[in-house]
Amino acid sequence: MAAPPTIDALGQFRLTTALGPVGRSVNFTNSNVIMVLSAALLLALLAVGMRRRAVVPGRLQSLAELCYEFIAGMCADTIGPEGRRYFPFVFTLFFFILFGNLLGLFPYFFAFTSHIAVTAALAVMVFVLSIIVAISLHGLRFFTYFFPQGAPKALAPVLIPIEILSYLSRPVSLSIRLFANIVAGHVMWEVFAGFMLILTAALGIAGGIAAVLPLAINVVLVGFELLVAFLQAYVFAILTCLYLHDAVHLH
Amino acid sequence: MDPVIGRDIGAGLAAIGVAGAGVGIGHIFAALVSSVARNPSARGQVFGLGILGFALTEAVALYALLISFLILFS
Repeated sequence: MAAPPTIDALGQFRLTTALGPVGRSVNFTNSNVIMVLSAALLLALLAVGMRRRAVVPGRLQSLAELCYEFIAGMCADTIGPEGRRYFPFVFTLFFFILFGNLLGLFPYFFAFTSHIAVTAALAVMVFVLSIIVAISLHGLRFFTYFFPQGAPKALAPVLIPIEILSYLSRPVSLSIRLFANIVAGHVMWEVFAGFMLILTAALGIAGGIAAVLPLAINVVLVGFELLVAFLQAYVFAILTCLYLHDAVHLH
Repeated sequence: MDPVIGRDIGAGLAAIGVAGAGVGIGHIFAALVSSVARNPSARGQVFGLGILGFALTEAVALYALLISFLILFS
């Protein structure tokens, strides 16, 4: 009898080099392939969608305009009138993460947002940008951010370390949130798919019939993961907007 | 005792943290339902906030779940 099937939940996140020997020599991994693909898809959507520039938009142009207006509205609502300056950054960030999450849901594709290195790089980029914006707009007044306005002076030794700590924890929570959501979703799929194999191996035909249950759960999880893919990209973008709002307005 | 059993118990203990996030998500949707019931015209604005709160709270549950997965599978 063959060895009983086991659940290799983290194997799906293993990096392999792509594009043959050329890719191997520059360490071009399957994660990078999906990154390039998601960037190319976004560019194609905008370039092809806006090629005609019709007054009455067709389907693809409506989609491109919808994407544009969604992020433009988010920037204007959260950052304020100055938000237009940061619109290209937030737009790129949101759609890069969204396409990455969505492409990661396809079988045999790779979810690059499931690697902490990728999400941490994105989060640190946001963090450094918000500090640069704050210092270039406000100079040294930026450091008054760490003392809430109107708080009694006596509380300063307590409040300032707390504020600094919460400020420094921003990139950590931003990156781990996205990474944990994607990893947990994919591991959950793997675990329930593993249950199906274990059931059929242990119980034969009866197990095969019982395996419909984990399959049904996996089908529900696909819908849930679609929601999570969108929601986490949205949360990442809106938190970026909130941090930029803090940088632009200080308080 | 078989160390694998200890690992499984540890993973189960790590997943207890999810309970707190469950309470949190319940609170969020309870507040969402009651606020929409009081002022149905605010539904559009409140719904977006509720979903944002849900996503932030759900992430906390996933921290616990992730630790559990790491104990189990790595």
